[in-house]
Amino acid sequence: MAVTYRSAAGDVPAVRGVSLEVAEGEALGLAGESGSGKSTLAMALLRLLPKSARVTGEILLDGEDVLRMNWGRLRAVRWASASVVFQGAQHALNPVRRVGEQIAEPLLVHGMATQAEARTRVAGLLEQVGLPAWRARSYPHELSGGQRQRVMIAMALACSPRLIIADEPTTALDVMIQAQVLTLVRSLIADRGIGLIMISHDLSVLAATCDRLAVMYAGRVVEAGPAREVFTGARHPYGRALAEAFPTVGDPSSRMAPRGLGGDPPDPMRLPGGCSFHPRCPAALPSCAWRQVELWPADGVAGDPAGHAAGSTQARHTAACVHVLPEPERSEPERTGPGTPEPGMPEAGMPEAGMPEAEEAGPEAAGGQEVPNAPSAANASGAPDAADIPDDPGAPDARPAKESA
Amino acid sequence: MNETAARRRGALARFWRDYRAQRTGLYGAAILAVFVLLALVTPLVTDPSGLDVTKATGPKMAPPSAEFPLGTDESGRSILLMILWGSRVSLLIGFLAALLSMVIGTVTGITAGHFRGWSSAVLMRITDWFLVLPSLVLALVLAAILGGGTSTIILAIGVTSWAATARLIRAQTLAVEARPYVERSRVLGAGHWHVMTRHVLPNVAPLVLANTTLTVASAIVTESTLAFLGADAGQASWGSMLRGSYDWGAVTSGAWWYVLPPGLCIVAVVLAFTFCGRALEAVLNPRLRGVA
Amino acid sequence: MTLLEARDLHVQFASRGRRARAVDGVNLTVGEGEIVALVGESGCGKTTLARTLLGLERPASGTVLYGGAPLAYSTRALKAYRREVQLVPQDPTGSLNPRHTVYEAVAEGPRIHGLRDERERVASALSRAGLRPPERFFPVYPHELSGGQRQRVVIAGALALDPRVLVADEPVASLDASVRGEILSLLLRLRAELGLSALVVTHDLGLAWNIADRVAVMYLGRIVESGPVEQVLSAPSHPYTQALLSVLPDSPAPIVLGGEPPDPTRIPGGCRFHPRCHVLASGKAAEAGVDGLCRSQPLEILPSSTELRAACHYARARQPQL
Ligand SMILES: Nc1ncnc2c1ncn2[C@@H]1O[C@H](COP(=O)(O)OP(=O)(O)OP(=O)(O)O)[C@@H](O)[C@H]1O
Ligand SMILES: Nc1ncnc2c1ncn2[C@@H]1O[C@H](COP(=O)(O)OP(=O)(O)O)[C@@H](O)[C@H]1O
Ligand code: SF4
Ligand code: SF4
Ligand SMILES: [Mg+2]
Ligand SMILES: [Mg+2]
Repeated sequence: MAVTYRSAAGDVPAVRGVSLEVAEGEALGLAGESGSGKSTLAMALLRLLPKSARVTGEILLDGEDVLRMNWGRLRAVRWASASVVFQGAQHALNPVRRVGEQIAEPLLVHGMATQAEARTRVAGLLEQVGLPAWRARSYPHELSGGQRQRVMIAMALACSPRLIIADEPTTALDVMIQAQVLTLVRSLIADRGIGLIMISHDLSVLAATCDRLAVMYAGRVVEAGPAREVFTGARHPYGRALAEAFPTVGDPSSRMAPRGLGGDPPDPMRLPGGCSFHPRCPAALPSCAWRQVELWPADGVAGDPAGHAAGSTQARHTAACVHVLPEPERSEPERTGPGTPEPGMPEAGMPEAGMPEAEEAGPEAAGGQEVPNAPSAANASGAPDAADIPDDPGAPDARPAKESA
Repeated sequence: MNETAARRRGALARFWRDYRAQRTGLYGAAILAVFVLLALVTPLVTDPSGLDVTKATGPKMAPPSAEFPLGTDESGRSILLMILWGSRVSLLIGFLAALLSMVIGTVTGITAGHFRGWSSAVLMRITDWFLVLPSLVLALVLAAILGGGTSTIILAIGVTSWAATARLIRAQTLAVEARPYVERSRVLGAGHWHVMTRHVLPNVAPLVLANTTLTVASAIVTESTLAFLGADAGQASWGSMLRGSYDWGAVTSGAWWYVLPPGLCIVAVVLAFTFCGRALEAVLNPRLRGVA
Repeated sequence: MTLLEARDLHVQFASRGRRARAVDGVNLTVGEGEIVALVGESGCGKTTLARTLLGLERPASGTVLYGGAPLAYSTRALKAYRREVQLVPQDPTGSLNPRHTVYEAVAEGPRIHGLRDERERVASALSRAGLRPPERFFPVYPHELSGGQRQRVVIAGALALDPRVLVADEPVASLDASVRGEILSLLLRLRAELGLSALVVTHDLGLAWNIADRVAVMYLGRIVESGPVEQVLSAPSHPYTQALLSVLPDSPAPIVLGGEPPDPTRIPGGCRFHPRCHVLASGKAAEAGVDGLCRSQPLEILPSSTELRAACHYARARQPQL
């Protein structure tokens, strides 16, 4: 799936070819810094994006393509099958209406309950999220941040959806309230078999809550796999930087040594060519400036890509970095792709308030086109077939996000 | 700094683009430009001696003719000449009175918004007092006490019309003062003056500009009303012309050329200022919300 | 040597007809070249304490001391004080006037204090804050910068006055995980290069572990445990610190404190933590025979000390030196 915003300044490719799937009762974590396209991806799943956004690809919800649904069906699906807990939810509640009414609204709108039924249902929902039933009569301002977040979750649960998309549900909260909300979310998935897509920039939070993780950078998934494995053994340098950003208290190696990543998030309108992470990458090779690698098995279990292709594309740990390629691939292949060589690596860590000329030249040439070499390089070695390259940006049949029943 | 200048120019260009989208604002600006231009060239192309009752040459109360395109008044003066010279007085009083009102209103508003506590309470009490007082009566009284003259009228209008501006500016000041950057400035050691001039004033300025434009319109109306009620500036203004036409029974005697031109001029200029003010509000206010 | 000190500080607000004791007796010192972290959950009074240390809030009682002398609240004295002690506010985006360029934002302090060589000062402050080359940033407006860069501009604005102490309120809370380490390293580097002291206010214990020498844990207006970071965070004595540490995402057995967030208008009697204390609830306090004390005997205000201290009856029953 790909999403492009059309803006006055030009097209913004916010999501560039992403394939994900979530099964029932499974929690998928989506990580990445701000602007990496996480929210855009989440909103696109339910077609909640503004008109200026163009979505391509397929979004399958129980096998049905969301992009081809008519409005009536879409509205029914939005609450009943899948619902969203928005980023900054604490400000998303209507300040002048009681929270009980707001939770009951989707039920009444969809004619799924009468007034009286709705009231009992609201009480039940509040209880599920750990709030006393009388809180239904409170106004949002009478609740603390964590309580408001719980109300939002209760609202999302109102129509018993099968999939919940939670966008940064704990980012504005402090550690204790974050823990309360996360405990709640975990128990909901476990007890009710709900699928969850949770978005955050804190990898440790996701690792503790989700089964699988996908790390996004500049609109693409650069690393994916089982949560613990990605968190503790990230193979992509960006995934590693995110995982290290929050230290383990008590770990002597991080004492007095905060670790982070230099440089700034890329401007989606002027993405660097090659691996879009290369200007900030501590492990970049010269070839990274023009060569973009696809997601590749990174779990150290070498070979047999065919067996891997048969199962879910994301059951395995994969990463999109030259360093995970098997040795023969890693050496620089002959340049065949378009794109002028860059006059030199832009200094990592330097800001680009519209400045470095080097980067402006690059993306025009390479970023706009299909990935130059990686697939051909891969095929040349005779190893995997196309199915092993799940994230081909721009490919019309990009893999769907689906919730398999 | 060159880049800063370029940015300012860019901001100005953006402002003009937004303003141009406001059709009524454009009409308003065009009408105003015509009036201001006429007021400016009048002394260059006409002779003010024709305004003197004793030197007036025309027939009395004559309807429009080739020599007097808008007819004459009771003393034989050319109505067109009076309109042209009167526009100078009306516009001058309108502008200066609005300026005075704006300065008083802005200073009071920012002060009342910046200083909390009793000084603010006292200022707001005074403001409320001016707000509920019938300002026209007050202006009449003031003009009567201070004696005639253009500056008296300006003063009378200015000091009676600032209260609404002050309230508006105070509200905006409170909003700006709640911004974290004001606290940061305090922590850097900033005193009251610095905060008020460097942070609050630039943020309320667009609001002040839009509001002043509207105030000019109301000041012109007030001037006319005052002149009509007898408190004129001692020079022919549109208001005093209306007064004259009333005194000499122009309406009953069918001398429409005496009544209509000043009346229409007042309406046109007031509408033009109102259009401009509304357009400015529309253009500047979203920016206030978005940026401040 | 102690540079900045809070002595028996109380700050109160009127809140819906009641008195909110936001800071309710705090002793705290920041020594020269020392980084102290103040941690605690939302609403426990951290920001209020930080603002009071900067003279933005007047204490109801108690004193702020700088270099051993009590803080005077005259305009002139405050202005002089604020050359020495600077704040890095909670929200870098809101803290920059959108109409001012980076140059103007950083030059604001030097202009207020009438310092000479404004341009050089701004340039050196920007480069010390890691925005290099500084000239490139002079004409840039805040909205053209990323969050991390904005935070650097705010830090540069403070550095332009050559302060000796920085009080940083949640310096990385509004930033992305990937920029977090950068800003924290910057604080460490400033300490190494300029001998800067810092009080870092945060709810993030990982941050304290990353950069602080000492940590003070605050609960409901009081410091309930303080001491060297290694000791406090590796072997927390106070049940509240234990709970805070246990809810970090990696921890094996989270102790999630339930209930409403603490309310400074209604501070419980006895130990102020007792309604939420898991040691008391699980009966361990009763085993040690301190449950009565927990419910009825308030703990005294912890003295400012560089040693490990905890305000808890149970912890003291086991480690009397606390
Ligand atoms: N101006 C004020 N008027 C009334 N109450 C206030 C005021 N400022 C703070 N408080 C109250 O004092 C307590 C401490 O607030 P403070 O902002 O210091 O908390 P904090 O620890 O910084 O929390 P956070 O992590 O959310 O910023 C809170 O209960 C708050 O509601
Ligand atoms: N309505 C919009 N118009 C144009 N660009 C947008 C719009 N919404 C988001 N973007 C851009 O898309 C990118 C991804 O945004 P978003 O999904 O919100 O990121 P995240 O949630 O990871 O912070 C950003 O560069 C953002 O500027
Ligand atoms: S492909 Fe190259 S630039 Fe990209 S993450 Fe891997 S090493 Fe870094
Ligand atoms: S004194 Fe008692 S109630 Fe308070 S923290 Fe210690 S054990 Fe818990
Ligand atoms: Mg987002
Ligand atoms: Mg705070």
